[in-house]
Amino acid sequence: MTIFYILLVFMVIAAIIAVETKDLLGSVICVGAIGVGSSILFLFLRAPDIAITQIVVEVLSLIILIRATISRDLTFITGEREFFWTVVSIVIIFVIFLGGMKVLDTLPDFGTPIFTEVEGSPSQIYIENGLKDTGAANVVAAVILDYRGYDTLGEVTVLFTSILGATVILRAKSRKLVEEPDA
Amino acid sequence: MKGMTIIVKTVSSWVKVFIFLFGINIVLFGHLTPGGGFAGGVILAASYVLLMLAFGRQFVEENLPLGLASKLDCLGAFMFALMAILGIVFGGSFFLNFLFQKYLPGQALHLVSAGTIPLSNIAIGLKVGVSLFMVILMLSISCKGRE
Repeated sequence: MTIFYILLVFMVIAAIIAVETKDLLGSVICVGAIGVGSSILFLFLRAPDIAITQIVVEVLSLIILIRATISRDLTFITGEREFFWTVVSIVIIFVIFLGGMKVLDTLPDFGTPIFTEVEGSPSQIYIENGLKDTGAANVVAAVILDYRGYDTLGEVTVLFTSILGATVILRAKSRKLVEEPDA
Repeated sequence: MKGMTIIVKTVSSWVKVFIFLFGINIVLFGHLTPGGGFAGGVILAASYVLLMLAFGRQFVEENLPLGLASKLDCLGAFMFALMAILGIVFGGSFFLNFLFQKYLPGQALHLVSAGTIPLSNIAIGLKVGVSLFMVILMLSISCKGRE
C-alpha cells in the first residue's frame, strides 16, 4: 500500500510544479512525470491494459506538446497573479476537498473491487463467463469488443470525426472557390 | 525541417523496425495478452513519428502520403463498422460475435480464436495508428505554414 501513497505524493508534487513553474518546457516535462506515475500506479493495481495505453498515449501527447511549445518564441510566462483570485481558487479547492472526503467515506477501501461487494454485478458476470461466451482469453478485449461493442463504436466515431475536423481546419492551402462563369 | 544529426538517423533507422513490429504484436495478440487495438495503433503511429522527428517531414510524406493515409483511416473505420453489420447479416443482432458462435469456434488461448475480436482489433489498430499519424503530420504542416 505504501507504494501507492509514494506515487500519489509524487504525482501531486509534479502537478503543482507543472502549474506553478514559469518555464513552459519544464511544465510539459512535469506533465510527463504525472503520466509515468499514473502508468506505474495502474501496473501495481494489476491493470496492464490501461498501463500500456496510458504510457503510450502519454509519450505521443508529450511529443505534440513539446513541438507546440518549442516552435514558439514564447517559452517563459511572465506576469503576476492577482491575490484575490488566488484566494478564491484556494477556497473553492478546499470546499471540493471537504466534499470529496465525505464521498470517499462511503466507498469501499482503495484497491477493493466493487464486484466483491455487490452480488450479481455485471463485472462479475463478465469475468466468470467471458472465456465461455467470447473465446477471448483477455477479458478486457472481450468486454470492449464484444459485450460493450457500442462503446467502442462510439469511440471510433469520435476519433474519426475529430480527425476529419483537424484535416479540414489545419490544411496548408485552402481550396479555391469555384468561380462563376459570368462574373 | 531537414531532420537531426547522423547519430540520431542511424539509431532510429534501426529502432523503427522493432517499434513497428512491437505495435503489430500488440494489435494481433490483443485478445490474448494485455494491449489491443488502441494501444497497438498508438505504437504504430509512434514509429512513424520517430521517423518524422529524425528524418524530417518530407521523408515521411514520401513514405506514407496524406491521401493514402486518409484512405487507410477510412478503411479502418469501415472495417470496424462492417464487423458490426455482418453480425446482423449472419446472426441477426448488431455486434454479434458470429464467427465464434457459428463458424469458427477456434481453440481458447490460441491466435485463431475469439471470432471477430481479433479482426476488430486489427481494424481499430489501423484506424488509430493512421489517424494519430495524421494529427502530427497536420500539426507539422500548419506550424511550418505559419512561420
